[in-house]
Amino acid sequence: MPRRRTLGDPVMIRSRFPVHVLVFIAPALLIYTLFMVYPLADSIRLSLYTLDEAGKPHFAGLANYVTMLTDPEWSGPFWNALGNNFKFFAIHMLVQNPIALVLAALLSLPRLRLRNTYRTLIFMPTMLSVVIIGFVWQLILSPLWGVSASLLDLVGLKDWFEPWLGQENTALVTLSLVSVWQFVGIPMMLLYAALLAIPGDLEDAALVDGANALQTFVYVKLPLIMPTVGLVSILTFVGNFNAFDLIYAVKGALAGPNFSTDIMGTFFYRTFFGYQLQAGNPTMGATVATLTFLIILVGLAVYLFGVQRRVQRYAL
Amino acid sequence: MNKHARTAFAVLAALAASQALAAGATLRIESWRNDDADTWNDKIIPAFTKAHPDIKVVFAPTPPADYNASLNAKLAGGTAGDLITCRPFDASLEMYKKGQLLPVNDLKGMASFDEIARLAWSTDDGKTTFCVPLAAVLHGFIYNKDAFAELKLAPPKTLPEFMEVLKKIKADGRYVPMALGTAEQWEAATVGFQNIGPDFWAGEAGRKALIAGTQKFTDPQYVAVWKELAAWGPYLGDGYKAQKNADSQNLFALGRAAIYPAGSWDIPVFNQQVAGSFAIGAFPPPLPKAGDTCYISDHTDMGIGINAASKNPEAAKVFLEWLTTPEFAALLANHLPGFFPLARHKIAIEDPVAREFASWRETCQSTIRNSYQILSRGTPNLENQLWNVSAQVVNGTLSPEQAAKTVQDGLDKWYKPAR
Repeated sequence: MPRRRTLGDPVMIRSRFPVHVLVFIAPALLIYTLFMVYPLADSIRLSLYTLDEAGKPHFAGLANYVTMLTDPEWSGPFWNALGNNFKFFAIHMLVQNPIALVLAALLSLPRLRLRNTYRTLIFMPTMLSVVIIGFVWQLILSPLWGVSASLLDLVGLKDWFEPWLGQENTALVTLSLVSVWQFVGIPMMLLYAALLAIPGDLEDAALVDGANALQTFVYVKLPLIMPTVGLVSILTFVGNFNAFDLIYAVKGALAGPNFSTDIMGTFFYRTFFGYQLQAGNPTMGATVATLTFLIILVGLAVYLFGVQRRVQRYAL
Repeated sequence: MNKHARTAFAVLAALAASQALAAGATLRIESWRNDDADTWNDKIIPAFTKAHPDIKVVFAPTPPADYNASLNAKLAGGTAGDLITCRPFDASLEMYKKGQLLPVNDLKGMASFDEIARLAWSTDDGKTTFCVPLAAVLHGFIYNKDAFAELKLAPPKTLPEFMEVLKKIKADGRYVPMALGTAEQWEAATVGFQNIGPDFWAGEAGRKALIAGTQKFTDPQYVAVWKELAAWGPYLGDGYKAQKNADSQNLFALGRAAIYPAGSWDIPVFNQQVAGSFAIGAFPPPLPKAGDTCYISDHTDMGIGINAASKNPEAAKVFLEWLTTPEFAALLANHLPGFFPLARHKIAIEDPVAREFASWRETCQSTIRNSYQILSRGTPNLENQLWNVSAQVVNGTLSPEQAAKTVQDGLDKWYKPAR
C-alpha cells in the first residue's frame, strides 16, 4: 500500500495552521456534536441525578447504578433484558450472518440469471417500516387468521403449530427470526460488495491449481472478505443492542409474556417514559441508557483490539 | 373518507381556534379522546354554546398514547388549553401538586357526585377535588344472544353456572366459548381479574382494606379470583396466547365466539362491527355464590379540570358547571355509549347494551380497579405486575398462589400502609 502523505511530511513546505481544514470539518463536527455528543453526554449526566417529589434534580453520584445493579427490583429486569438481548444477538450472528454470506456467495456466481431481481427482493424487507413487518408477521403467525397453521396442515404437520409469539419459550426466538428476515439484506449487500471486489485472476489461479468452487470460496474468497465479516458482526452487535422497535410494535412496552421478549431498548423505554400507571423515571432511564452505551462500548473495544487488529488484510 | 373528514375537520378547528383567539374569549379543551372529536364538536359543544353564546369552546384532542407527554410539555411551556381532560389518579394528582390545576370544590354542581366518583381526582385526604368527574367505564361480559338461544343457554348468574355454560358451548363445538387473548396481557387483568374480582373482595371494602394494609393479595378472596381465571384457558380460542385484543374483538364480532369479557368501551366497537348480524346482550360478572351482594367495576376514567394558567378561568368554571348538569350527562350517555356519566342524574340511555350495563349500577355496588389509587406509585408497579401475573395464570404458566405471592411481595417492597 502506498503511504499517504500526512501533515508532518517534509513535502509540506508551509507550516501555517491549515484553516481550510477547520472549515471543511466544522459543519460535520457541529452537527455531530449538537445531535450526538451533547445528548449522549447530557444523558450520562442525567443518570448521576435523582429527582425529588417536585421534579427538582439532585446530584446522587453513582447511586442510580448501585440501585440498578444491586436492588433485585431493578437488577432482575436489567439482567433479564441483557440476557435476552444477548440471545437476540446470538440468533442474528448464527442465523442472519451465515445466511447473508451464503446469499452473497450465490449472488456472486458468474452464471446466475436474474441477479438484480433476487438482490432487490431480498433487500426489500429492510426498507419496509418495522410496524408493517410486525403487523404482517403477526398475521402470518396468527393462530386465528394466519396462513402458517394452514400451510403446516397442507404438509400434514398441523400438530407442530403453536402460538409462537405468545409463549415464553418461543416468543423471543420468533421475534429474532422475524428481525433476521427483515435485515438479512444489509449484511448480504456488504458481503456481496466485498466479494465483487476480489479480482478475477485470483479465482482463475485457484482454478488452475485444481480447486473446485467450494474450495475457492473457503480458501481464497472467505479469507479475503474477513474484514467485512468482522464489520458485519460489529454492525449486528450495535444494531441488536439498540433494537427496540420490532419488540415494541409486536409485544408492547411490557414485552410479554412475562418479560420474555424484554431487551435493553424496551426496558429503557418502560423505565424512562413509564407505562400505564407506572410513572416515568428519567434518571433511572438514563442509567439504563448509559449502561447500554457502556455494553456497546465494551463490545466495540473487544472487536477493535481483539479482532480487527488481528485480521489479516490483503492488498488486492 | 373518515380520515379526510378528520383532516378537514382539524384544519377547520385550527382556523376556528385562530379566529376565536382574535375575538378574545375562547376555551380550548385538551383531551386524549380524538375518537370522540365528532361527538364533542357536533353534539356536546353546540349544546353548551346554545346556553352560553358568549363563550366559545374548541375541542383540541391529541392521540391517546401521546397525550400525557404532550400535555406535560404544553403545561411546562405555557401553551396548554384552558381545560384539561384529566386521567384518573396519580397523573392528574401530580399536576395539581405542581399547581397546574385549580381546585373545583366550589362548583355548585359538585354536590351531584358521590365520593367514589370524585376519588380519582381528589387529594389523598379527599379534601380537595381538582377535576370534574366526567365519565366511567363499566366491566362485564358481552354475549352473542343468537348463539345462546341456539344452544338453549341462559346468561349465567353464578360462577359455577358460568363454567357450566362455557363447558356446554365447548362441547357443542360451533362457537369458541370465550374470546379472550393474553398476548397484550392487560385483558387478563382488566376484564378478567378486575371484572370478576370485586364480587370476591366485596368491592370498596376490599379495595380500601388493601390500601390500609389489613388485607393482602395473598388472602384467600384474592387467590380465589386467580383460581377462577386459571380455569378459563381451555375455553379460549386456539392459540389464545398469541391473540391480541383486536383479534378477540374480531372473533366475537364475526360471530365465532359466544362470550366476550368486556369493558363498556367495547360497546360502540361492537355496535359498528356486528352491525345487527346477530343480537348482542350483556351480563354482569357472575357471583361466586347465588344470593351474594353483587359488585361491579365502575371505573372512573375521565375528568376535566381548569388549567391554572388559563386566561379565562371564569368562563372555564361556567363550562365545568354545565358539565355537572343532567343535560350534559344525557348527551354523553347517548352519544358515547359505553362511557357513563358519573353524576347522580337519572338518564334515559337509548343503546340497549349500554342500558343493560348501566342498570347494574342500580342493583350492584360500584367500585373501581383496586390497583389505581395509591398502590401503583412504587417500584415494582402494581398495575403492571397484575397484568403480568394474570396473563400468566390464564396461560397456565403460574399458579394462583404464586401470582398472589409475586404481587404481594412486590407491594411489600415499597408500600408501608399507614396504621
